[in-house]
Amino acid sequence: MAEAGKLRFHVPEPEVRPGGTPDFSNVPIPKAGSVPKPPIDVDPREIRDLAFSIIRVLDRAGESVGPWAGMLSDEELLEGLRHMMTLRAFDARMQMAQRQGKTSFYMQHLGEEAVSCAFRRALDKGDMNFPTYRQAGLLIADDYPMVTMMNQIYSNEADPLKGRQLPIMYSSKEHGFFSISGNLATQYIQAVGWAMASAISGDTRIAAAWIGDGSTAESDFHSALVFASTYKAPVILNIVNNQWAISTFQGIARGGAGTFAARGLGFGIPALRVDGNDYLAVHAVAKWAAERARANLGPTLIEYVTYRAGAHSTSDDPSAYRPKAESEAWPLGDPVVRLKNHLVHRGVWSDERHAQAETEILETVIAAQKEAESHGTLHAGGKPSIRDMFEGLYAEMPPHLRRQRQQAGI
Amino acid sequence: MARKTMIEAIRDAMDVAMGLDERVVVFGEDVGFFGGVFRCTQGLQAKYGKSRCFDAPINESGIVGAAIGMAAYGLKPCVEIQFADYMYPAYDQLTQEASRLRYRSNGDFTCPIVVRMPTGGGIFGGQTHSQSPEALFTHVSGLKTVVPSNPSDAKGLLIAAIEDPDPVIFLEPKRLYNGPFDGHHDKPVTPWSKHELGEVADGHYTVPLGKAVIRRPGNAVTVLAYGTMVYVAQAAAEETGIDAEIIDLRTLLPLDLDTVVESVKKTGRCVVVHEATLTSGFGAELMSLVQENCFYHLEAPVVRVAGWDTPYPHAQEWDYFPGPARVGRALIATMEA
Repeated sequence: MAEAGKLRFHVPEPEVRPGGTPDFSNVPIPKAGSVPKPPIDVDPREIRDLAFSIIRVLDRAGESVGPWAGMLSDEELLEGLRHMMTLRAFDARMQMAQRQGKTSFYMQHLGEEAVSCAFRRALDKGDMNFPTYRQAGLLIADDYPMVTMMNQIYSNEADPLKGRQLPIMYSSKEHGFFSISGNLATQYIQAVGWAMASAISGDTRIAAAWIGDGSTAESDFHSALVFASTYKAPVILNIVNNQWAISTFQGIARGGAGTFAARGLGFGIPALRVDGNDYLAVHAVAKWAAERARANLGPTLIEYVTYRAGAHSTSDDPSAYRPKAESEAWPLGDPVVRLKNHLVHRGVWSDERHAQAETEILETVIAAQKEAESHGTLHAGGKPSIRDMFEGLYAEMPPHLRRQRQQAGI
Repeated sequence: MARKTMIEAIRDAMDVAMGLDERVVVFGEDVGFFGGVFRCTQGLQAKYGKSRCFDAPINESGIVGAAIGMAAYGLKPCVEIQFADYMYPAYDQLTQEASRLRYRSNGDFTCPIVVRMPTGGGIFGGQTHSQSPEALFTHVSGLKTVVPSNPSDAKGLLIAAIEDPDPVIFLEPKRLYNGPFDGHHDKPVTPWSKHELGEVADGHYTVPLGKAVIRRPGNAVTVLAYGTMVYVAQAAAEETGIDAEIIDLRTLLPLDLDTVVESVKKTGRCVVVHEATLTSGFGAELMSLVQENCFYHLEAPVVRVAGWDTPYPHAQEWDYFPGPARVGRALIATMEA
């Protein structure tokens, strides 16, 4: 017992550390289909409960149930499955490429594929995402060429970013994918600004902001919520809660009470919590938020409850801070397996076709990789020019940079 | 053509830019209905509406971050940070985002924003209403940094900054808002209506970024100055009788090195003056460039006159502010070296 009157300092700790048995029994998982679907013009005060529950569509049997179900056709779901499988195969190949020394760095999406792949389907052409480094599914699901992504990862002669950016920091205006920055949370407020600009211009396009659980602690998260709330900006404020910020469990960013979604409530922003490993639920919720934004009803905050099954990055070893089998114990399962089971349940997919698709997708990814490697990898083959290092900083190169370029011998 | 204060000239610049291009939007704390704590945006909301000129929450990172997003969309935001002393919460957005967006996306996205900030001391502003943080911007690749010293330049430079395709930090010496100031705080202030540079042309014109101007031609020594220090240097030259050539840099980055080098090669001597603290201030960069480019023409060491390496004090204002006496002593010392 502490001495009376003396204060004690509190530091949250995850329930289990390496060596322990993973235990998510204290994570309440509502039944699929149990959360109501409000009208898009609902008063945020009437749906405060949704910030503390989890919207789920796919049940244990692989059936889609409840008010958020039934928004996608079989074809769309099959395509969604292919997107997620492609992202997973892409990740595996690039992870291996990093281990082989073909690039310096990579970050996987393992276990989080549904979030960005399903979200992309809820947006229209011309809408703009402000992603973090873990939403490449937005590109895959928009059919951005994998070869171009790999060229960026390899920093080769065909790298669209000319070797200036760390691997996976993609940029594609055409595909509604804002340039990724290494600085966390900065893009969250920028997304709100983009949405404000769309409203100022009388446009119909909307923005989507992305952030992880850990980065919600950054001040730009607060800035974004203030501005989105004040100006009723047409933006979807996404929080991907994968439980971990490198080695730091989500309780360090969130504390012991509430949810990340609940942070929206104080700003008067409707806040939803969704099963991030449920492709159908992610899409349904994203669609709801997009419709709200397009109807000029303002921002929506969405927390995707998921689990970072892989290491934080190729520079990270999670066995140093969490139990090895923790991802297997995660109660929301695997997004690919769950959608696959649903499609099998619907009778439009089978184990055989799935295995065949896996092979085909892997072949496609390998073919893309071969093509990308023909343009070079980080340490071999074609490279961006040294000239590219000096160009493109300003619209017009100022005299001091011209002098430095000459000193560099170019 | 009419005589205007720097405040009116800056307001006029935004008015002209907003009138010509509907992508130009203006916002910041107290900038909308009230027209700014320094009146620089007075009347703009009434004229252009709330979607073109509006009040912002007190959140500098939010103001600049939102402006970057707007610029990525295709607008041309001209935002205000109420005092340069309060830009620090936005420093991440300015230095890691605005400055690099074009570079890191290879031109896929660009950031044509202007961030206006009242800067400088001499107004009993104390520690957080007097700072001159320009060196914290000139050190950042991808930003441009501008400091006007008079109404005519302020308007032309601000229009040029708004039209520039890249992010511009626009530092407005608030001591010069209502009239030129030469550091003689004991004398009554002359208004811009009595100064020829208060003459501001109507309508659209620009003063190109990256071009310095010689305010006082001379042969004995080159003085490199900007903002309020231009007038302090002029007073010091008159009071010492030294035939100084005073260069108003106007844009610190990109710097008009040609004008600087030509002058120093002619005079053989150089004094650098700024309000900002000495160590690692922009003056160090100017000295280095002069040394590198004019070494064989120099007849004396290059001298700096700057704010002391302390936070900007309140009661000791005139012992801190580099006034004409201190600058004059440096001129004499350089001539005697």
